[in-house]
Amino acid sequence: MKRLLFRKARLLDPETGLDSFGDLLVEGERIAVVGGDLSTAARGAEVVNADGLCLAPGLIDMRVQLREPGAEHMESIETAGRAAAAGGVTTMVALPNTDPPVDDISVVEFLARRAREVKLAKIHTYAAATKGLSGCDLTEMGLLAANGALGFTDGVQAVADALVMRRVLAYARTFDLLVLQHPEEPSLARAGEVSEGETATRLGLPAITPMAEVIMIERDLRLVEITGARYHIAHLSTAAGIDAVRRAKAQGLPVTCDTAPPYFALNETAIGDYRTFTKLSPPLRSEWDRRAVVEGLREGTIDAIASDHAPWDQDSKRLPFSSAAYGIVGLETLLPLSLELYHNGHLGLIELIRRLTNNPARILHLPVGRLTPGAPADLVLFDPDVSWRISTDAFRSKSKNAPFDGRPVRGRVCRTLVDGRTIFRLEV
Amino acid sequence: MTRSKVRSGALAGWRRSPYSPGLMQGTARYGAFRHRHLLGIEGLSPEEINHFLDLADGYVEVNRQAEKKRTLLRGRTIINCFFENSTRTRTSFEVAGKRLGGDVINMAVSASSMYKGETLIDTAMTLNAMHPDVLIVRHPESGAVQLLSEKLDCAVINAGDGSHEHPTQALLDALTIRRRKGRLGGLTVAICGDILHSRVARSNIALLNTVGARVRVVAPRTLLPAEIERLGVEVFHSMSDGLAGVDIVMMLRLQSERMHGAFIPSTREYFHFFGLDYDKLRAADSDALIMHPGPMNRGVEIGSEVADDIDRSLIRHQVEMGVAVRMACLEILTRDLGKGPPLP
Repeated sequence: MKRLLFRKARLLDPETGLDSFGDLLVEGERIAVVGGDLSTAARGAEVVNADGLCLAPGLIDMRVQLREPGAEHMESIETAGRAAAAGGVTTMVALPNTDPPVDDISVVEFLARRAREVKLAKIHTYAAATKGLSGCDLTEMGLLAANGALGFTDGVQAVADALVMRRVLAYARTFDLLVLQHPEEPSLARAGEVSEGETATRLGLPAITPMAEVIMIERDLRLVEITGARYHIAHLSTAAGIDAVRRAKAQGLPVTCDTAPPYFALNETAIGDYRTFTKLSPPLRSEWDRRAVVEGLREGTIDAIASDHAPWDQDSKRLPFSSAAYGIVGLETLLPLSLELYHNGHLGLIELIRRLTNNPARILHLPVGRLTPGAPADLVLFDPDVSWRISTDAFRSKSKNAPFDGRPVRGRVCRTLVDGRTIFRLEV
Repeated sequence: MTRSKVRSGALAGWRRSPYSPGLMQGTARYGAFRHRHLLGIEGLSPEEINHFLDLADGYVEVNRQAEKKRTLLRGRTIINCFFENSTRTRTSFEVAGKRLGGDVINMAVSASSMYKGETLIDTAMTLNAMHPDVLIVRHPESGAVQLLSEKLDCAVINAGDGSHEHPTQALLDALTIRRRKGRLGGLTVAICGDILHSRVARSNIALLNTVGARVRVVAPRTLLPAEIERLGVEVFHSMSDGLAGVDIVMMLRLQSERMHGAFIPSTREYFHFFGLDYDKLRAADSDALIMHPGPMNRGVEIGSEVADDIDRSLIRHQVEMGVAVRMACLEILTRDLGKGPPLP
């Protein structure tokens, strides 16, 4: 059995709160021993001199859009896998908005087979909550879950009809399944592209009130109250939305949520002169909302950070703002952008890593996101301090649509392992 | 070559306007307008705006002569590239270009390549390959003209992009006001109606604020964009309050074609509360003048008797000033093109 010894690493384990220097031994596909000086115990193992670098569970990115099947020219499972590896992501969960959508067992099986072939980061998928993402009829949720779907969502669109959503939640509760929602009242969002406010007014772009988020969340929370289903809100971005979640958690509802780096790294002024790389759904918000997202992460109301990876080719973004597609790629910038929260003093390193690993694993009921002996050796070795500039040209992702090109950041992935296999090593 | 020589070619025989272009004097030859394109009013300095108006003033006189043809743009190619239907603005630019001796080509793009799936940038590249000197663009999406300008090597004039800007309309409105009132600074202007969808309103707010006028907007709350007051305007929701004491009443067209769903219950109700008639106009200054960028919806935002009042309505003057302003724009953007690097 192959043995790999990380020497003198700063071990970060959000599961136990461990944050200390020591060794970690990997045997085969699993973590064998954590902590202490293992140089004698692990004689004969291949040695990685971590030399003070951080060794943490691999990141779990709970919101990634794969373009396979259907739009492999924008991203394939292989390119997404390489991007994930370079970003320190060892598990990613795909949205069902492919073509065909993930609303049938055969597509779940297809993804699992492709992931096995590609053998990079682990790939799981959510399945559609409604057939064809149409917002009408429920999918075979029980069967889909039995075949590996981790949760149910209509992806980049909300389940708009309250009665349908009630049934989705109630049916999900029957099998203790997770339901994820894109928090935006579609009738309010229908004619808009950016968040209402001075930026939208100056640019003359049709706007969506930020209240579209909390209106959808509040409705769903009442439905969660009557159904008791596990409910997760994706990419939370407004102060009002965060406030609603805070109250729901205090009330004891089974609700969790995540946000994505653009919502704490940028605000609406980044749109500048119609930069389509800043066109997101939900849209970039005001500085007030951005700060609320930081605060929500700090106090723990926001459980997780996901990349919200949305690859688009040039043709989808080199268009007038209103015609351009929504979303940015994020797998390769997830860690360095999140580390800004640590370097700016908002979150301790272990707390930050918890939101990138352990918390999403718990929400998704996955046995990863921890440095526990016996757990899969999904690991990321990173330097939390090194300064570098993001270069979208260097992205492994097939699409380069990110507004962070040239941004100076601190912290970089050095090595990524999945099941004990090194899937990425930084070439210096 | 000195400035006077350049200008004498274009404006031989122009009468000096009462508005002396004092701000131009002493400005370095290339310093009067710093930009390659005219994409919007936001970001222009008062000097630059006055430079346009001063030059246009001269062209008003040129246009009133029997012999209107000039040779300033001889050999220049100007393409009118309209991705949205327009008769008035397109014609105005066409007349302006032809009077200056340029070759003007009209392209109605919505009727051709866009339906064949060609992207905006492909269209731009195609046009670029024909070596135009000026491209005049109207597009239904905000920011589209700027996107085009980034891909072209000729001067671009924004003839209206979505709900963003329509700079030549604001310039012609300013010229109309300045010629009638003798100044812009210190005036109070009420812009009324569909502010939300109006690029005319945004350009006018930017221009009037830059030259020191006071701007009010009057509209029902459904037709006002969020935080409009941050653009430097006073907000009113009733015509009698909003028009009180104003010097200029600028009515906007209700842009039903840009509306998703109903923003007002009916045109009848809209006219009752926000349409301009003599009754509402009483609140304004007794010398207050009425403007409208056209085309008018008579009986919706403006009553016919007010629109056609020859003493108070400047609507036809606006159209006349439009040609002069567009001639000035074409002159400024093509001035000394291809004559080597700018002087220090």
